[in-house]
Amino acid sequence: MTKTHQDSTFQAGVDIELQGVTKRYSSKGEAAVAALNVAIPAGEMVMFVGPSGCGKTTSLKMINRLIEPTSGRILIDGEDVTDINPTKLRRKIGYVIQGGGMIPHLSVGDNVGLVPKLLNWDKKRIRERVDLLMDLVGLDPVHYRDRFPRELSGGQQQRVGVARGLAADPPIILMDEPFGAVDPITRSRLQDELMRIQSDLKKTIVCVTHDIDEAIKLGDRILVLERGARIAQYDTPESILAAPANEFVEDFIGSGSTLKQLSLRRVDELDLTQPPTAHIGDRVAEVEERVRAAGETSVIVLDSRERPREWLSLRQLRHADEVPTPTTDLQTVIDHRSTLNDALDAMLASSHGGAMVTNRGRYIGVLSYTAVTDYVRALNEQASDEAETSGPRASEATRTSPLTQESSGRSSGAGA
Amino acid sequence: MDILFRSYQHASLVVQSLVVATIIALLIAMLVSSRPWGSAVANAVSSIGLTLPSLALLGLAVPLVGIGTLPSVMIVIFYATLPILRNAIVGLQNIDEDLLESARGQGMSRRAVLLRVRLPMAWPVIMTGIRVSAQMSMGVAAIAAYALGPGLGGYIFSGLSQIGGANALYYALAGTIGVIIVALIVDLVLVLIARLTTSKGLLV
Repeated sequence: MTKTHQDSTFQAGVDIELQGVTKRYSSKGEAAVAALNVAIPAGEMVMFVGPSGCGKTTSLKMINRLIEPTSGRILIDGEDVTDINPTKLRRKIGYVIQGGGMIPHLSVGDNVGLVPKLLNWDKKRIRERVDLLMDLVGLDPVHYRDRFPRELSGGQQQRVGVARGLAADPPIILMDEPFGAVDPITRSRLQDELMRIQSDLKKTIVCVTHDIDEAIKLGDRILVLERGARIAQYDTPESILAAPANEFVEDFIGSGSTLKQLSLRRVDELDLTQPPTAHIGDRVAEVEERVRAAGETSVIVLDSRERPREWLSLRQLRHADEVPTPTTDLQTVIDHRSTLNDALDAMLASSHGGAMVTNRGRYIGVLSYTAVTDYVRALNEQASDEAETSGPRASEATRTSPLTQESSGRSSGAGA
Repeated sequence: MDILFRSYQHASLVVQSLVVATIIALLIAMLVSSRPWGSAVANAVSSIGLTLPSLALLGLAVPLVGIGTLPSVMIVIFYATLPILRNAIVGLQNIDEDLLESARGQGMSRRAVLLRVRLPMAWPVIMTGIRVSAQMSMGVAAIAAYALGPGLGGYIFSGLSQIGGANALYYALAGTIGVIIVALIVDLVLVLIARLTTSKGLLV
């Protein structure tokens, strides 16, 4: 299904290049952005990070000229856009802001179809497009199309914001702190979905965030900015974590860079274990026998559609004849594309030392706590080996570390 | 049946003046709302305007345009414009900057942002202004009848001119109660219009 999106309905991203882009608010004062040069390759997600006031948002808004650069050139797909009509330019650049930026008096469908309408698409085409995009961001069009933004939760509004940014199929999407206004659980889910969408569509995405973890998780590249939008480092997340260019970057990444690397790894890159399972309604006596035979003390309960519903110890089953329908919602289920970081979060809430993993809702196995800790240990050993042989900041040596080589599998894996 | 005819005249004077006043107020508000000094001037004019006694203004208008319907219409339009103008400016300005920037970021021109984002979002506030204005105009229209204009004000002035006479009180009462009833009916209609013209997305 997603393949057809990519082939027929969406166009891929194009290059963006900022050349000596400068913004000065007063002729005397310090420049908010001082001669920024960045090349953003087509189809990549580039994260602009830095402390507040470093000029990252200003730099972003100069790309769609919500802020006019004082000097410098911005090339999109090789064409200088510094002089073309900004209103027309913006219709070809998706723009997603914190909270979604929905227009409150328009229905959700009209909000998503805003740019196509500005481009004078016919009604039928707009409607089809709106439905397609709402599906893509996980909102049922039949249910939500005619609602108003205030009837949606924060996370849903943010989804609509993403759908609107993609509506007219712009090759470039700009995002300004897109997930800053939602709770951590929703945020990580939205991040996962953005990565899924991006792996299908291959747009060029520029995303501003102050959250280094978000940058590491989402970015193909990260641009770390200091005051005045001076580039501290511009590299892949792996390289930045392994070899911060200077003290500023090191401070900004913060401690626990090994832990942060967990955000770069996906659950399906580790081996899953297969503890015994049972279905709701199975006979307890039979289940108990099977579990004991496997040398385990707990069992995973699935429903008729193979969705995990509960993780029970045999003790909890003792008084029942049949496996009962669970009454509580699970917290310890993760998607196979979740990051190890999110998986670890889920595990800490589980009493069984692991998290159940699903693929499109269906149970596929369990990621055990030990699998993750073994992985962390391996990372640490690797890092200390490198420190001995090459010193911490020899960037070439660390850049070709086994960890980074593996990461070529990450981008291709994301497309699968 | 004279009273029904006069009530109709009164309502008609207010409603027609209200329509003209709304158009004038919206045009001015849209012109000045994005300019800080323009809004300041417009707000000052509307505050000062509302302090002028309507009878005094009538005294100024009659020497210029004579007596009859014309001065009444002019005075009512003048007063009706002020609350609408004031609310329209507030409504157009009190919209989240981030939302407006986001709308521009989608590729809406300034004109499109004004007509398709700011105006609809300000509409509930503007409608409130129109209702306030309608109530005020009812009273102003009654006073404007002093210059022999149309409407229920005629009864009130008949009553005043015959003070002590047998029917003076009845005249004044007929005029006053008539104005109140017409005002209530017009307000009800305006509430209905506001309900029908405001997006459900803006109702709280």
